[in-house]
Amino acid sequence: MPAPIRLRELIRTIRTARTQAEEREMIQKECAAIRSSFREEDNTYRCRNVAKLLYMHMLGYPAHFGQLECLKLIASQKFTDKRIGYLGAMLLLDERQDVHLLMTNCIKNDLNHSTQYVQGLALCTLGCMGSSEMCRDLAGEVEKLLKTSNSYLRKKAALCAVHVIRKVPELMEMFLPATKNLLSEKNHGVLHTSVVLLTEMCERSPDMLLHFRKLVPQLVRILKNLIMSGYSPEHDVSGISDPFLQVRILRLLRILGRSDDDSSEAMNDILAQVATNTETSKNVGNAILYETVLTIMDIKSESGLRVLAINILGRFLLNNDKNIRYVALTSLLKTVQTDHNAVQRHRSTIVDCLKDLDVSIKRRAMELSFALVNGNNIRGMMKELLYFLDSCDPEFKADCASGVFLAAEKYAPSKRWHIDTIMRVLTTAGSYVRDDSVPNLIQLITNSVEMHAYTVQRLYKALLDDISQQPLVQVSSWCIGEYGDLLVSGQCEEEEPIQDEVLDVLEGLLVSNLSTPVTRGYSLTAIMKLSTRFSSINRIKKVVSIYGSSIDVELQQRAVEYNALFKKYDHMRFNLHVLYDLVSLLFQANDLLDLLGGNDVVPVIQTTLPTKPASAGGELLDLLGDLSLSGRTTVNGLKIEFTFERANPNPNIAVITIHATNTTEADMTEFVFQAAVPKVITLGMSLSHRAPATPVAGRAQCALTKVARYSVSSGTLVRLASGLDVRCVKKQCGWLGCVSEDA
Amino acid sequence: MQFMLLFSRQGKLRLQKWYVPLSDKEKKKITRELVQTVLARKPKMCSFLEWRDLKVVYKRYASLYFCCAIENQDNELITLEIIHRYVELLDKYFGSVCELDIIFNFEKAYFILDEFLLGGEAQDTSKKNVLKAIEQADLLQECCMTDTVSQSFSMV
Repeated sequence: MPAPIRLRELIRTIRTARTQAEEREMIQKECAAIRSSFREEDNTYRCRNVAKLLYMHMLGYPAHFGQLECLKLIASQKFTDKRIGYLGAMLLLDERQDVHLLMTNCIKNDLNHSTQYVQGLALCTLGCMGSSEMCRDLAGEVEKLLKTSNSYLRKKAALCAVHVIRKVPELMEMFLPATKNLLSEKNHGVLHTSVVLLTEMCERSPDMLLHFRKLVPQLVRILKNLIMSGYSPEHDVSGISDPFLQVRILRLLRILGRSDDDSSEAMNDILAQVATNTETSKNVGNAILYETVLTIMDIKSESGLRVLAINILGRFLLNNDKNIRYVALTSLLKTVQTDHNAVQRHRSTIVDCLKDLDVSIKRRAMELSFALVNGNNIRGMMKELLYFLDSCDPEFKADCASGVFLAAEKYAPSKRWHIDTIMRVLTTAGSYVRDDSVPNLIQLITNSVEMHAYTVQRLYKALLDDISQQPLVQVSSWCIGEYGDLLVSGQCEEEEPIQDEVLDVLEGLLVSNLSTPVTRGYSLTAIMKLSTRFSSINRIKKVVSIYGSSIDVELQQRAVEYNALFKKYDHMRFNLHVLYDLVSLLFQANDLLDLLGGNDVVPVIQTTLPTKPASAGGELLDLLGDLSLSGRTTVNGLKIEFTFERANPNPNIAVITIHATNTTEADMTEFVFQAAVPKVITLGMSLSHRAPATPVAGRAQCALTKVARYSVSSGTLVRLASGLDVRCVKKQCGWLGCVSEDA
Repeated sequence: MQFMLLFSRQGKLRLQKWYVPLSDKEKKKITRELVQTVLARKPKMCSFLEWRDLKVVYKRYASLYFCCAIENQDNELITLEIIHRYVELLDKYFGSVCELDIIFNFEKAYFILDEFLLGGEAQDTSKKNVLKAIEQADLLQECCMTDTVSQSFSMV
């Protein structure tokens, strides 16, 4: 039997394969040879064969049949065998298979071997892939080696102990005595690994943390020596002495100083020293500064030190190295809540990072920019953010749009600015806005009463340009349906469209391939609503009846119901409209009450941005104070206005006051007011001043007070508000629950 | 550190070191996806990316990508230094290391890595010490051969 080919030979051969198939063939042939060699229990070449197997494994071929062979190699007395054997074990065995446990005894023996390199192999393997069972069995040996004076073994034992503790946390106690003198070592390897071990123990156990707090002065001293000592060739990296050790010590100090004033004070000076003296021209110096900043921000440092840290981050932002900029943005994002003002100073640099080429940097800059927006900088910031929204990759658009909505909602300097901003988002990133923004926006527009004309005009124009972005189209349709009268009435600054043009546009939406079923629903409803505002009723009737046989069930249902309104309830169509308005306003009132009554601050638009901690009570009450939540409808000369207020003292009750004004010359008789609401709301009505069925004299007013009470979970109501169309009224209350004035 | 991968610009794996227990199937999946992600990065981009719930630090040296997955509390910038230190060690050992050295002597690349890192952390911060240990181990490998006939020093 010829000797099996050498490893390098095999590698060379396999690399000559020109196709995958050829390679596979070679591999299979060699595997067969190796298998038979294994079967023959060939001790001499086992090492070579396993090495070859490991190569083939790296190429992606199965090698499990070599597992036991690795164990045999480990048990061999030859160092070469052990080296390959342990390597094989680390690559081929995993703790899920019981086979690995067979290693335990070998490792135990090797941990006590006379040659330190063998001991080293055993420690390395155990520390890399030891399972919990193995760790339990061998922890004692590791602990012994942790106390040895041989620094080569001590440093490995420390890291092995880290692994043992991760696998079996209960064993942590047993390593405690051995840690006593670890920091008095001169050897950097041992120091470094000891600090890692101490870090692991302190992170896992508050008791250990307390115990090791007394090491702070010693750690500070070691760090000081590293910085102050002269050039040490062995540990020097670009002029800095052992940066790896410095970084680990800084990290341990962070954990020890966290939430402890005394420790934090003890490390104050050294942190300032490192922060100011570290050379920043190379990555290694910046790595140390980065760790220092993280530590300063996490412990109880004095404000001067914190400002120093933020300024370091600010300098990082200007660094040519994009890695440094990335790291700075990440850190600033973490500190922006606690050190808001200090971070604000670097706002312009952060905003510049929005134009960076790197995706990760852009994302961080965007998140940070949103966190920095406030009442003072909203106009400037929004300009930058909208520009970013225009030009950024699609993966950012949804988050950016949500962020813009949220910021605009919080800090809009004027309603017109707010509407303009929303318009800008809808037109530039309209297809990326989240689904829930449509009802939120509708609500916002409804509440900005004085802007209705302006808004509907702008939205109409936007529709003329582009009907592909569904959220934009939906909001526009809704507005046209609601304020179509304003659109054609000449209240707008520019040339107003005529009714037929508007209907053309809405009908266009119905037939367009670009419109989703939801959008079609919106536009059909809008057309229907216009039947009470426009005069082209016949045209509307025709459209509605066509869709009575639409394939889309939703559309069909609506069309049929609307049709019914025309046919059977034509006399009620106007009243329906009043009712519809009332109910939609009720929903808005309930949303508000919901905000007031709830324990949590409910964000209107959901984003992933951190919300400001709510001084909930004060802010929300002001919200209600500012808001003029009202609506009006004029129907056949009868002007009806609704206003909402929160009742004192019971905040669960909304008082809706309805002023009815007869604007015609003639008297109105048989004035009956009915309200239909979903069953979830109970409506108590009381009439002040007027008895039912009394004629409302020409040009006279009468005031009615309605009281709505609700006690249902807010979720239900908010969802209903999202519908906001005629269907909603019909379905939810089904024409039941009509309460007459007498009740 | 959770794992380190070395791969070529064509996506061929040259070394894989795992410090967390995963099945072979999972390792293959992670490797495939991560290699694809890193190879898709443009040269102007930074060396860090967020991938699943990990931070990935990568750097290209000639035709080889060195890629490490670290935990959230680990320092990305010092990880770059760790990678650089490993490259320096390889360079010193092989004398102007190139990808072919890693291909033909992969087991040595592993030995060097295992002398530098243990359980994902650096064991020794002195280049000299690590190289000395490797040297001694190689010698040990050599002289334990002397008792068997016809074993040349490159047993494998």
